[in-house]
Amino acid sequence: MKLLFAWSAFLLGSLIFILPLVGMTEFSLSMRRGEYSFDAYASVLADPQFRATFTYSVVMALVTIVFGVLLVVPTAYWVRLRMPYLRPVVEFITLMPLVIPAIVIVFGYIRLYNTSSWLPLTGSDTGTNILLMFGYTALALPYMYRAVDTGLRSIDIATLTEAAQSLGAGWMTIFGRVILPNVFVSVLSGAFLTFAIVIGEFTLAALLNRPAFGPYLQLVGANKAYEPSALAVISFAITWLCMGLIQIVVRLAPRPPAQSH
Amino acid sequence: MSHASSSGRRLPTQWLGVAPFFLFAFLFLLLPAVSIVVGAFRGADGGFTFDNVAGLKSPTILNAYWVSIRVSFWSALLGCLIGFAMAAAVVLGGLPRFIRSPLLTFSGVASNFAGLPLAFAFIATIGPAGLITVWLRTEFGINLRAATGFNLFSTGGLIATYLFFQVPLMILIITPALDGLRREWREAAEILGATPAQYWRMIAFPILVPSLLGTFALLFANSFGAVATAFALAGPQLNIAPILLFSQIRGDVLGSPGLGYALALGMIVITGIANTLYLWLRSRTERWQK
Repeated sequence: MKLLFAWSAFLLGSLIFILPLVGMTEFSLSMRRGEYSFDAYASVLADPQFRATFTYSVVMALVTIVFGVLLVVPTAYWVRLRMPYLRPVVEFITLMPLVIPAIVIVFGYIRLYNTSSWLPLTGSDTGTNILLMFGYTALALPYMYRAVDTGLRSIDIATLTEAAQSLGAGWMTIFGRVILPNVFVSVLSGAFLTFAIVIGEFTLAALLNRPAFGPYLQLVGANKAYEPSALAVISFAITWLCMGLIQIVVRLAPRPPAQSH
Repeated sequence: MSHASSSGRRLPTQWLGVAPFFLFAFLFLLLPAVSIVVGAFRGADGGFTFDNVAGLKSPTILNAYWVSIRVSFWSALLGCLIGFAMAAAVVLGGLPRFIRSPLLTFSGVASNFAGLPLAFAFIATIGPAGLITVWLRTEFGINLRAATGFNLFSTGGLIATYLFFQVPLMILIITPALDGLRREWREAAEILGATPAQYWRMIAFPILVPSLLGTFALLFANSFGAVATAFALAGPQLNIAPILLFSQIRGDVLGSPGLGYALALGMIVITGIANTLYLWLRSRTERWQK
């Protein structure tokens, strides 16, 4: 009886996920009348706009990841090592992007960094790209920080730092050759999550008028019939790939040796 | 560590280590939020005013907030109920163990699958020409829209679509909480003569309440700020708070910049309350689980 309830709850709930996935896949294959074909995918992939916007978003994601890592890893390391009393403050800041909706953050950017302000970032393409990267870094901050901080917790950074220092290492060496390799798995998890967030992001890119993949999706969605489904399938595959890579990285990671204190 | 205090007071050089982070947070998180708040209380002449906030009482804006709150409320509530049922089925219901890991992995993916592609998936499924709509019409002669009044491009459709990421988020958060229910508690209750209903009402449920309410608040905030899915489903004419703000930023549809800031301030307040509730309840949950 209990098992029957459990199975029906599980299967009925699963329909919420399965039906849209089946629906979008079926729809993306039915561009040609009467038979299944990959025409919608061919049409999408042949679109130069698709390639341009997708490349733009991939590059943005990679730049955001590099900037995010350089911003978050030293901070989390330093706070754990020297300034543990700052942890609540830093944690609160990293949670702020969850509290303030993305659309409000970008509204503030437009107000603060417009062409007539003290820092006119939106005045040029490069400036706007940089502003967009900062925005993406902010959006990914909660996930990146948590991933890195969890990684740092599992290693003994105080001992590692002292050992490196007594061997004569400077801060750059300690950071680049001791700390970063030790939390590399956590950094990768954060990086894949950042990638998944940035690649299809719509609000920031649209309001800052950048030619990213998100606004392109919106354009296709408003004007085409079958191509949006093909793009949805592709996006889902990318999300799945990012999350799958996180799982693989975490599973393949060497376990840190047990610490004796 | 003997470098400190030998020469009396040191310069606080260690602050240099966190300076970039605080500078970034100040310029690209704190200052934008503050500038919105300031803008909401500043009139066209630059002086302090409550006019903008008072202007939120216009029927269009109140209606936008109200529809947003309703959509977020129902999608959070349904997401909690369905997610809880699925997690409970897997953790407590005796389903085979091998289901658990794929379900959690899939939930991780699905909770991150939002925005425009999600809207496309639902349009292809229950939109006017979607898989299920067409199937119901050709096989059973049922017109989904006429028979049930369901329209994907309305608030009902929005709620259904949001469930795709709300349910897995609930599963991800509530599964550890359900794991935390120790077998000993149930056994102790049974030995003392409790029925399963009594065990749930008097032991399991009170322990789970902070997690359930906290997750509800998180799901609420999660859908309240979402723009892209709603934009792709219904376009700019759907009157919910984030879409109204989007149109305001693009083209000042409210005809008053100050009113736009007040609209954004209202959104910060609502998601702020929901998230504060979530964080507070989560800290209570963690205290109990230790």
